[in-house]
Amino acid sequence: MSFAALFFYLFATVTVASAFMVIAAKNPVHSVLFLILAFVNAAGLFVLMGAEFLAMILVVVYVGAVAVLFMFVTMMLDVDFAELRDGFLQYLPVGALVGAIVLVELVLVVGTWSFGGAQSTVTPSAPIPADVTNAEALGRVLYTEHLLLFQAAGLVLLTAMIGAIVLTLRERRAGVKRQDISAQVARGPATAIEVVKARPGEGLSEGTV
Amino acid sequence: MDVGLGHYLTVAAILFTLGVLGIFLNRKNVIVILMSVELILLAVNINFVAFSTHMGDLNGQVFALFVLTVAAAEAAIGLAILVVYFRNRGTIAVEDINRMKG
Repeated sequence: MSFAALFFYLFATVTVASAFMVIAAKNPVHSVLFLILAFVNAAGLFVLMGAEFLAMILVVVYVGAVAVLFMFVTMMLDVDFAELRDGFLQYLPVGALVGAIVLVELVLVVGTWSFGGAQSTVTPSAPIPADVTNAEALGRVLYTEHLLLFQAAGLVLLTAMIGAIVLTLRERRAGVKRQDISAQVARGPATAIEVVKARPGEGLSEGTV
Repeated sequence: MDVGLGHYLTVAAILFTLGVLGIFLNRKNVIVILMSVELILLAVNINFVAFSTHMGDLNGQVFALFVLTVAAAEAAIGLAILVVYFRNRGTIAVEDINRMKG
C-alpha cells in the first residue's frame, strides 16, 4: 500500500467516522466539533486529489467561519439539549430504511459506472495546466471565463450578510438610553435654562423649581 | 491497491447517506439538521473535485467553489432564522415549528 493510499484511508475513515458522530452525538457542541473534524479531514482528501486551493478554502471558510458560527449559535441558544434527544430512537427504523435505500442506490450507480474511457473521449473545456499551481490555474479560469458567476457569488454572500443582519437586528426600546443628536442640537436657552427667583427668607420649595 | 475515482465517490456517497440519515433521525434539533445539510454539501463538493481531477477539467473545482459560497450563505441565513425563532418561541424543537409566521 503506497503512502498516498495510506493517507487516503486515514482521511476517509476519520471523515466518515466524525460525520457519523455529528448525527449521533448527544451534545450539539460535540456535534459541531466533530463537524470541524470532518471538514479538516475532507480538506486532507482534497489535498490528496490535487485541489489544494479548495482544501485551504474549506479550512478557512468552513472551519474558520461556518463551524464557528454553528458553535456560537449552539452555545447562545439556551436549550435543554437532553430533552431534545428524547425521541432519537423513535425514528431509527424509517431513518435506517431511507439511509440504506439511498446508500444502495448510490453504490449501484457508482459500481456499474465504467470510469476508464471518460478521460479519452471527453475533451475538458478547461484543462488543468501542469506548470502552474492549483490556485493560479483556478484564478485564471475564475477571473476570465466565470467572471459573471464569480460576481454573482459575491452578490449571494452580500445578500446573505444583509439578510442575517436584518433578521437578527432588534430594537431595544425599554431601559436603553441612546444619544439623540437632533434633540441635542435643537436644545436652546429657552428649554435648557430655567430662571428661578428665590425670595429671601423663603428658600425654594418643591413646587417653584 | 491504488486509490482511484471510485474510492472518493464511495466516501462521498457514505457522507451523503449520513447526512440524509441525520435529517431523518433528528426530528428535534434544528441545529443538527443544518449540520447534516452541510455534510451533504461537503459530499457534493468531494464528488465535484474527484470528477474534476479525474477528468482533468478545472471547471469542476470552480463549481465546487460556488457550492461552498452558497453553503456559507445558507448556513448564515439558516442560523439567523433559528436565532430569531428561538427569540420568539423559546424552543428549537422541530416538532414545534409548524408555522414560521412571526
